[in-house]
Amino acid sequence: MTHLPKVKYLIIGNSAGGIGAAETIRCADKDGSIAIVSDELYPAYSRPLISEYLAEKCSLGKMLFRPLGFYEALNINTILGKKVIRLDTKIKAVQLDDGTEISWGKLLLATGGIPTIPKVDGLNNTGVFTFTTINDAKEIDQFIKKGHRAVVIGGGLIGVSVTEALVKRGVKVTIVEMKDRILNTILDEELSAMATETIIKHDVRVITKHTLAEVNCLFGTDSVHAVTLDDSRGIPCELVVIAIGVRPRTELASNAGIKVNRGIEIDCFMRTSHPDVYACGDVAEPYDFVYGENRLSPIWPNAYLGGRIAGFNMAGEATEYQGSTTMNSLKYFEMAITSAGVVTPPDDSYEVLSRKYDHSYKKIILKKNGLLAGMVFAGDIEKSGIVFGLMRDRVNVLDFKQALIAENFGFLSLPEELWRQRLKTAFYPQFSKRRLVKTGVL
Amino acid sequence: MKRVLVNEPVCMGCHLCEVYCQLQHSKHEDMVKAFKREPSRPIARLRIEEKEPLFFPLGCQQCEEPYCVNACLTGAITKNSDTGVITTDEEKCIGCWTCILACPFGIIRQDLLRHKSIKCDLCQGLETPTCVANCPNEALTYTTIED
Ligand SMILES: Cc1cc2nc3c(=O)[nH]c(=O)nc-3n(C[C@H](O)[C@H](O)[C@H](O)COP(=O)(O)OP(=O)(O)OC[C@H]3O[C@@H](n4cnc5c(N)ncnc54)[C@H](O)[C@@H]3O)c2cc1C
Repeated sequence: MTHLPKVKYLIIGNSAGGIGAAETIRCADKDGSIAIVSDELYPAYSRPLISEYLAEKCSLGKMLFRPLGFYEALNINTILGKKVIRLDTKIKAVQLDDGTEISWGKLLLATGGIPTIPKVDGLNNTGVFTFTTINDAKEIDQFIKKGHRAVVIGGGLIGVSVTEALVKRGVKVTIVEMKDRILNTILDEELSAMATETIIKHDVRVITKHTLAEVNCLFGTDSVHAVTLDDSRGIPCELVVIAIGVRPRTELASNAGIKVNRGIEIDCFMRTSHPDVYACGDVAEPYDFVYGENRLSPIWPNAYLGGRIAGFNMAGEATEYQGSTTMNSLKYFEMAITSAGVVTPPDDSYEVLSRKYDHSYKKIILKKNGLLAGMVFAGDIEKSGIVFGLMRDRVNVLDFKQALIAENFGFLSLPEELWRQRLKTAFYPQFSKRRLVKTGVL
Repeated sequence: MKRVLVNEPVCMGCHLCEVYCQLQHSKHEDMVKAFKREPSRPIARLRIEEKEPLFFPLGCQQCEEPYCVNACLTGAITKNSDTGVITTDEEKCIGCWTCILACPFGIIRQDLLRHKSIKCDLCQGLETPTCVANCPNEALTYTTIED
């Protein structure tokens, strides 16, 4: 068994969370050794861009999240194409699939998610894919031919992104969504309907309230030639993409006795139940200020920010995660939509304000206490960030709520005292460090 | 770092800062050509916000801890660690608009023709940003702010 010299900071996962942590650690600690392990072979790339790659709009080079030479410049050791198979928190070491053992001082689990696979027959056949890695995109790229028919199982963000790419490649797509509308977690009913209308115009078929029952092959081969849905209807196709969601890769943590809920449990310093082990990104449950609880938050910006906060703390600069919530922007099929937080209120204790204009739609969801719980903007989205900023900073908007959805809404639509105060925030870091150092938490 | 500050009582809302910004970020040096010959009019990276009698030219505040940089999906938006200036690499930007939702000032613009997000770069290469240099009333100043 090979033993590598002990590293001060070990990061598992070379993506949004891992990079956020690594570059922050390097700012705070100029010489401490940093190593990143990933079972993917590539330098960090932008995962959401795999659809651009499949659509042949983007080369591998353009997908790199950081410039060539990034790791060398920051003196970060990369161990790529190797999987961590065991974590031992007592001796503070991990074991890789080639037998190598690495000891660490502080560890970050930024292991992300893995696609959820339904339990149906026929998924091992040729022509069945998932869509979360560059290798997935490459496999689909090599498989498809113009005129192929695809069935995409799952009408969420990933399903819609692979659909757009396939359409651009001349593949005829059917989306199958189990709920009554596509993009149901990030859009309200109004915009789901609009999105469906837009997607259908691109010759895509959208089937809702149904799901996959079986993948069928041509007799005597292992090549996909149809799927059967739960109502026994068959849809002929050459390929199937499973996009019903991702599940946090928590096994390393749970096997090591670290507390895991749906994702790895963390405190506001991104620290797990083990004092030297941190977690962030799709695998973790950071604090969500809309729900007032820790929960999964599987989006790129929150993974990066979580990594950055973890990095400060790992390097000894106590820094608090101020909480976040899901935020998404959608540009597929030429749409322009931004949304955040709760998009359909769970009960009638929320107040919903919305306005439709010629080319835009604006909606906000308020809690009783005047704080924003959610928002959806479409068309005219350039100023939606101002509203999201108020939501993120928990500003009470009761007195000017109507202004937020007005057609000519702008920064000066906020009360003067408020916009002046908000301008000043640009000059300060967005998260507090002082308070924590004073209370001596770390 | 140096930032563009606004002395809004003297801003008359003449929009010249926007015009010069557009010119600076167009391929032409000539005003008429920039506005009439380019297939799409260059986009101003700052905007006059109005609430009469108040006018306020609002551009990127070059945040200390920028939300747009932390949110960028592709790594296109970066903050220069020496100068503190936040810029977009338009080659890398795919126009996903995540930065638009992230910016609390709403000052990132959409270039809908090219599918790129556009923001103030403090006129990299110029001593003084062109909006400041051409403000007839000196409502804009380029000032060092102590952190
Ligand atoms: C097609 C698609 C489109 C998306 N679009 C958007 C979007 O528009 N906006 C948005 O905000 N988000 C989007 N996302 C989600 C976003 O990509 C994720 O939230 C983000 O990648 C999470 O980053 P992460 O660092 O937590 O984990 P990941 O990016 O999942 O990276 C984790 C890494 O760790 C590696 N790893 C895991 N376990 C081990 C192990 N035991 N040993 C070694 N390596 C390991 C994995 O292989 C992987 O490389 C999209 C995702 C997909 C797939």
